[in-house]
Amino acid sequence: MEVNRGWSWSWILIYRGQSGQWAQALHRVTGLGVAFFLLLHIIDTAVLGWGPGAYNTLVNIWHMPLFRVFQIVLAACLIYHAANGIRVTLIDFWDKASLYQERLFWGTLVLFFVLFLPTAYFMLISLF
Amino acid sequence: MLRVAPGRAKPSRASNFELWSWLFMRVSAVLLLSMALAHFAIMHVFNTPDQVNYDFVAARFATPFWRVYDLVLLGLGVLHGMNGVRIVIDDYIHSRGWRVLVMSLLWVVTFVFLVIGTQVVLSFQPEVIR
Repeated sequence: MEVNRGWSWSWILIYRGQSGQWAQALHRVTGLGVAFFLLLHIIDTAVLGWGPGAYNTLVNIWHMPLFRVFQIVLAACLIYHAANGIRVTLIDFWDKASLYQERLFWGTLVLFFVLFLPTAYFMLISLF
Repeated sequence: MLRVAPGRAKPSRASNFELWSWLFMRVSAVLLLSMALAHFAIMHVFNTPDQVNYDFVAARFATPFWRVYDLVLLGLGVLHGMNGVRIVIDDYIHSRGWRVLVMSLLWVVTFVFLVIGTQVVLSFQPEVIR
């Protein structure tokens, strides 16, 4: 049996298991990504207080095509976190859901692609 | 201390904080599921972010509906996000000194960003003369 003292890289994969492990790791990474963006977004919105000149100068940076790519990554994080969040909540509140957790994970991935692909498509075509 | 499995300690029975934290995450998630995705869809799919500028925001904030919407989204989003970060810190940072430092920083960041965000949404008055 493993005994952990102090820091270990194995803690990154803190919940053992297959699909559930990856679902959780992705949930964590995407959640941190969205949280980081949220703080950034609060700061950029706060610039409204300095008036139209300052705010428009700042948002013009967001309008660069490079940032459209970041926004698509944000869409991926947001949609995965939402889809997997439904799975987590189902497992918490519906006692039979844990029996189907693996199938629910595939459901999460299907829901992710169904929502993400059209979103990414529309976000990309408006660039051209 | 010998730990057979790494991970969060069982919440102590003396405090219900972890229970409320868990419940808040589920309840806020259900609201954020519709509100955050709708906000993203409006800004990035139905509009393009290139249209977002000072006048766009002024037009949105002219209706109290969007101010309330954005305030609720701000509050739920920051609390849900920062509580998530707290759980991540709980999982990975075990030394007492670092925990006190990082957790204190987290509470300060949470408070400061709630205040900044709220004051922007409430105090915004569009400048007419440019």
